[in-house]
Amino acid sequence: MTGNAIEMNGVGKRYRLGGTAAQDSLREALAHGWSRGRRGAAPADESRDVWALREVDLTVPEGASLGIVGRNGAGKSTLLKILSRITYPTEGHSRVRGKVGSLLEVGTGFHPELSGRENIFLSAAILGMPRSVVARRLDEIVAFSGVERFLDTPVKRYSSGMYLRLAFAVAAHIDAHVLLVDEVLAVGDAEFQRRCLGTMETIGNSGRTVVFVSHNLDAVTRLCSTAVWLDAGGVRAVGPTAQVVDAYLMDATPDAGSRVFVDDPAAPVALTSLGLLGPTGASTGRIRSEDPVTVEVTLVLREAIPALDLAVSVETTGGTRLMDESMSDDSAGTAHLNAPGQYVVSLTLPPLLMPGEYAVNVWVGTAYETFVWEHSAGWLRLEGGHRGRPDRLISSQGTWTVTTPERP
Amino acid sequence: MDAAAAAWVDNSPGTARKGLDWREVWRYRELVTFLALRDVKVRYKQAAFGMAWAVLRPLAAMAVFTVVFGRLVHAPSDGVPYVLFAFTGVIVWTLFADGLDAATTSLVSNAALITKVYFPRVAVPLASVLPRLLDFGVSLVLLAVLLVVARRLPGPQVVLLPLVVLWCVVLAFGFGLIFATVHVRYRDAHHVLGLLAQVWLFASPVAYSSSLVPPHWRWVYALNPMVGPLEAARWTLLSTPPPGVPALAASLSTGLFAVWLGLRTFAHNERRLADVI
Repeated sequence: MTGNAIEMNGVGKRYRLGGTAAQDSLREALAHGWSRGRRGAAPADESRDVWALREVDLTVPEGASLGIVGRNGAGKSTLLKILSRITYPTEGHSRVRGKVGSLLEVGTGFHPELSGRENIFLSAAILGMPRSVVARRLDEIVAFSGVERFLDTPVKRYSSGMYLRLAFAVAAHIDAHVLLVDEVLAVGDAEFQRRCLGTMETIGNSGRTVVFVSHNLDAVTRLCSTAVWLDAGGVRAVGPTAQVVDAYLMDATPDAGSRVFVDDPAAPVALTSLGLLGPTGASTGRIRSEDPVTVEVTLVLREAIPALDLAVSVETTGGTRLMDESMSDDSAGTAHLNAPGQYVVSLTLPPLLMPGEYAVNVWVGTAYETFVWEHSAGWLRLEGGHRGRPDRLISSQGTWTVTTPERP
Repeated sequence: MDAAAAAWVDNSPGTARKGLDWREVWRYRELVTFLALRDVKVRYKQAAFGMAWAVLRPLAAMAVFTVVFGRLVHAPSDGVPYVLFAFTGVIVWTLFADGLDAATTSLVSNAALITKVYFPRVAVPLASVLPRLLDFGVSLVLLAVLLVVARRLPGPQVVLLPLVVLWCVVLAFGFGLIFATVHVRYRDAHHVLGLLAQVWLFASPVAYSSSLVPPHWRWVYALNPMVGPLEAARWTLLSTPPPGVPALAASLSTGLFAVWLGLRTFAHNERRLADVI
């Protein structure tokens, strides 16, 4: 018998902005309760509500792999949290058939003081694996992780690569009917990511139902037969992955030339707009690959923040980071972003990239704090031919010289 | 793994639940064990004195009480050497107070787990109380040595000691659920608890005997839910007079009420924890 593994009907999730900010301390809550006189008469302030998801209908047949794509804040993680029952829906109904394994983070429940072996058992228990199963598969997990020699060393002495491998090894052996995976591929080096992807593929082919969230569109395409595109908390499109991913990219591209962001008045730094400009200064999403590109970031500073830095990074649609340019690389750069006010920061990139689509990300922060991290803030589409070499990403414009050594 | 036979698991709106799903907690019993073991292992890693700390704190409290209450105030100790009297009180109190404190902060210190994985949330405060049993056990061994040295072996009622210990643990867990739920939203809860525990300690017969209280007021005094277990523990270990039935009934009823309130408060807020923490 095959049927659905996941059914969601009219699911919505409302968050109150700033959590319980209005009554963050007990003193305020008590004072509030006092003036209100009676409990339970709190006036609902609708303007502070944010719907992370609204009216989501979704069914996933058993054994299918579903990819979820969408911008930051589109509701992808909230969807996984509702499916895994970490949080509850505000409205609608969600149900999942069978045991759910959620892999929302690599290394959930790991404790730095415990040894690798102890952490395997702990993490597995947290992920819902019975001890007997772990004991039986311990050799397999250890072999997969490749940390045999350090199994009894506290994981705080591990390199970050070893830590990730061990954590993923446990997660990869979860016994679950439905597996929920969020951005695990966002961490680790290329080798680790390749391995994760391979394991995910095996899991997907083993008849289990997989829901996979990633910014890595290549991975989504490779792993999932169907995909959902979430936009502003709603389902924008659902269908075969290739179509959905194409539609998502197409949508992102036209407005990429100049994108305006929703301003959060409470944030000390806010991104107002992002422009990708060609040599004429016109704000278009399409630029020839042999022309330099100017990334123009408009931002508002509401407080003076010392040593504020801004970085622009460029990634392929597959998530490979090609560039990551920071203002502090240029020693004169950061001195300008100090007083409150509006700023326009421009970065001109030389024509290095081959034709294709690239995500442009913006980060604003200090060495200690991130204020803005907008993944895929804009999409850069470079037009042109690839001169018969479609596989390369970068053309270095290197200079060739040929000389003929003179014979004496 | 038979997917077709697997049951649907619902996630529907609404947060308030009347009670906890104890069958589910039972299915997650291994998690409770592992979380408790983790606490034990982590606490004594990189601590040179290791388990000795479990005994040193109650020993220090006993020393202070012996000097202040035993020597200076001459507090009554029901005919038992004051050192033994105070040490028994202190280790039982420590079991309760440490368990309560651990349960209160447990949800917030496990926030990373609660926001990333689903499991019955009650596993966290439950697992945080259990390691205190180990500390208690170590202290109990020391007490046994003291009893042997003093040639005061307990009577046959010592077989009831496990029940008294269970009573303390359940109380710590029940009160812990109330404080932990509040602590998730208001970090003030931990400070309030620190204050309360100080007052509570002296409102309980730890450093003195409840024979100080006039007999007809004893049941009122015993509305303090820790009076019952403290008196009962001394009776099982030191053969002091057993607590009277009115006092036992008073302590049991306020204690059970607190545990009921704790379970209810927690069940009411359990689903909301990940959003608030």
